[in-house]
Amino acid sequence: MNPTIGWIRNLASSWGVPSALVPLVPFLLLLIVLYAVIGLAAYGARRKWPRADRTIAFWLFVSPWLIGFGLFTVGPMASSVYVSLTSWDLITPPRFVGLANYTEAFQDPKVVQALKVTLLYAVISVPLQTVLAFLVALLLNTDLPGMRLFRTIWYLPSLVSGVAQMVLFLWVFNPQYGLMNDVLGRFGIDGPGWFDDAAWALPTVILMSLWTVGGAMVIYLAGLKDVPSNLYEAAALDGAGAVRQFWHVTLPQMSPIILFNALTGIIGSLQIFTQGFIAKGGPKDSLLFFVYYLYDNAFQNFRMGYASALAWILFVVILALTAVTLRGSAFAVYYETELSRKRRRR
Amino acid sequence: MTAVAEPLVLRADRPFWRRNLATTIVLYVVLALGSLVFVYPFLWMIATSLRSLAGVGSSGASVVPHEFLWNNYVRAVTSFPFWRYALNSVLTTLIPIVGTVFSCSLAGFAFARLRVRFSGVLFAVVLATMLLPGEVTMVPQFMLFNNFGMVDTLYPLILPAFFGSPFYIFLFRQFFARMPDELADAAVVDGCGWFKMFLLVYLPLARPAVVAVSILLFMGYWNNFLGPAIYINSDQWKTLPLALAGFQSVNGTDTPLLMATSVLITVPCLLIFFAAQKQITNGITFTGGK
Repeated sequence: MNPTIGWIRNLASSWGVPSALVPLVPFLLLLIVLYAVIGLAAYGARRKWPRADRTIAFWLFVSPWLIGFGLFTVGPMASSVYVSLTSWDLITPPRFVGLANYTEAFQDPKVVQALKVTLLYAVISVPLQTVLAFLVALLLNTDLPGMRLFRTIWYLPSLVSGVAQMVLFLWVFNPQYGLMNDVLGRFGIDGPGWFDDAAWALPTVILMSLWTVGGAMVIYLAGLKDVPSNLYEAAALDGAGAVRQFWHVTLPQMSPIILFNALTGIIGSLQIFTQGFIAKGGPKDSLLFFVYYLYDNAFQNFRMGYASALAWILFVVILALTAVTLRGSAFAVYYETELSRKRRRR
Repeated sequence: MTAVAEPLVLRADRPFWRRNLATTIVLYVVLALGSLVFVYPFLWMIATSLRSLAGVGSSGASVVPHEFLWNNYVRAVTSFPFWRYALNSVLTTLIPIVGTVFSCSLAGFAFARLRVRFSGVLFAVVLATMLLPGEVTMVPQFMLFNNFGMVDTLYPLILPAFFGSPFYIFLFRQFFARMPDELADAAVVDGCGWFKMFLLVYLPLARPAVVAVSILLFMGYWNNFLGPAIYINSDQWKTLPLALAGFQSVNGTDTPLLMATSVLITVPCLLIFFAAQKQITNGITFTGGK
């Protein structure tokens, strides 16, 4: 337990406060101070500008997020920069080492492997998932009888916890007893070793990820419901058939949502962790996903500095991929507001 | 406008997939095959959870259980402190849901209804943090909680929820932005303060959004794995997914037991989904317009 709260612990035990609540005390103190500052500022503002109600209410309402943003995002990011420049095992005090962590990372063959595995996973699985989820959503958006049942079935896998999923699929893809090779065997195909084979492990995880397209599909379904029906009516009047309605109405209207799903998909896929953890990196590091390697360094080997440097490398990779996606999609995504603004300028 | 309105009445033909039988049949075949692919591993999981260890080796792809060893479930609940882990899972799911809904609906309401100077900029910051990977702040957050003495307690899994999360702030903002302004005017005339207006007028009307967000959050928190893997070391604070992961490496060969535990972890998500599936799609809107 951390020594800095030792005195609080002693005080609490002398008052008979349950020991489980003790860690909360410094946290609550911090919150009280923060809210006192906000409250005083609001009080001052009200005296100076009696009509500042709306402004005060706004800042009070967003303050939980704002405090969390400072406490859990901005603060940690700033300290992460510093920690990434140190060598630190949590026990002895951090030692400043400059850029040594970064130079080590670039020479670490495991980092190269982790980047390779993770990027390959992202680049292959995200387009596959995006296209599949969209097609599935289009299919499930038709109003045939019994569609609710189908929607439910296709969404079900997304409800299975990541760990349970991985445990399940380790057995589905078990070379000897698994479901997959038994099915393939009935068609006379000799199935590969899947997770046991370094060449097949990553494709197997990608295949597995397609099982959970339900999550993205639900978002597409919500979007499809929002496409104004008068656009379809107008298109039909102009003589557009189903295919042309899809290209000229559905796709442009859905493009912001497709972009949203693709972006969250990219970010999510670069953060893939559970599969690597359960498979312990896979045979020959074939499932050494970046976050798993980061986790391993931080919380198994307690190399906090090195792990922080790795986190920043991941951040740059995610930023770069996001920027490429955003720029690449700028011409393809249709926003109503953007269009009207352009018109006004003309 | 009138020229458009008139032919609309004429357009009474049914959607294209109802027009001919062949399309309908093809659609149903695709749907059925797809459903089979999606549901099969699931059924296999349940079937395997009822088999004996020897039965797993010999039955391959079959989803017919042949044997019903309900004892596997009894073992799953008794062979490790299942209820203790379940309680931890419940605590780290329900309390964060309350916290997230509270903090995010407040912020979402402010961004949608209380536009003041800088609120637009701040909302852009919210959207930007949606793109920020949690891993960048993972290590320093661990050190922060370490300084508070909260490592190896449930607090790191519960407290951050009370400080909002960008995606859900965004969802709530979109929902509140759709509501009519007249509500606010009426509330102001009645002498409501902003908080009262939010709590008594807008939040009850946002019930579909609250329900939808709560369900999404349930799936997220219940299945959370990275968080517990970072913060929890000792047995007494493990959550179900973490326990299952440890179980997998210790009891790797006892497949029926693993599958039974997996099924037990999945069941709450299934129940909640079936109880509230309509709300999921109804409560989520991405366009803020009316």
